[in-house]
Amino acid sequence: MLVRDIVKTLDAEILTGEENLELDIQAGCGADLMSDVMAFVKDNVILLTGLINVQVVRTAEMMDIKVVCFVRGKQPTEQIIELAKSKGITILSTKNPMFIACGLLYKAGLTGRGVWD
Amino acid sequence: MSGQKVTLRYTIAAEDFISAGEASSHVKKTLNKLGIRHELIKRFTIAMYEAEINTVIHASGGEAYVEITPEKLMVKISDNGPGIPDIEKAMMEGWSTAPEHIREMGFGAGMGLPNMKRYADDLAVESEVGVGTVVTITVYLS
Repeated sequence: MLVRDIVKTLDAEILTGEENLELDIQAGCGADLMSDVMAFVKDNVILLTGLINVQVVRTAEMMDIKVVCFVRGKQPTEQIIELAKSKGITILSTKNPMFIACGLLYKAGLTGRGVWD
Repeated sequence: MSGQKVTLRYTIAAEDFISAGEASSHVKKTLNKLGIRHELIKRFTIAMYEAEINTVIHASGGEAYVEITPEKLMVKISDNGPGIPDIEKAMMEGWSTAPEHIREMGFGAGMGLPNMKRYADDLAVESEVGVGTVVTITVYLS
């Protein structure tokens, strides 16, 4: 699923990283716990989270996650957006809560699974 | 890589949650430049990042020493923190002594050491209560 279509599906705002709109995303990970995200190994993933701090971007960087969407209308600080920009990570924000955001993406066909051991 | 050894040293700032991860980020950049395989870089830097975060959470910072050779990627992260009384317990998923404010930041759920073990080829944890902890993470390149 293209990032462009994810933006539409979630009615999300693009805060930085328009250059990734044509990326093809295979799976989603919804989590507020960054160590859980790091146990989730898969490429081409979108991370949906309600957690707002710079470590979300650091986690995305380490995991090669190119798209992060903050749920429940949360607005990241300028510092978070700047760090994401410098790492080439797209930041989205949607007013949808976590469960609904994940559900909308799943319904739209983003059904890839992560690899848990 | 042309057969030589690359070493990097970092100071991990004390209780600075904002800059935590900068060392791992710099290592990732360096490994990318050296042309190391993507999947190995990911495994190595995730493990190092978890160790870096742990140092900030539990030990008010520490030091990281990275060695890159044609055979392996190795990082030794050392601190002068409180030490780990029971390493076996600390290796269990979900076992944590992190304070509440760290959990609110998305860490401290008892996944740090298990994640390091998951991604490293070798993980060594040496710790003495009241003295400190040394975590050595190795990922082999061949």
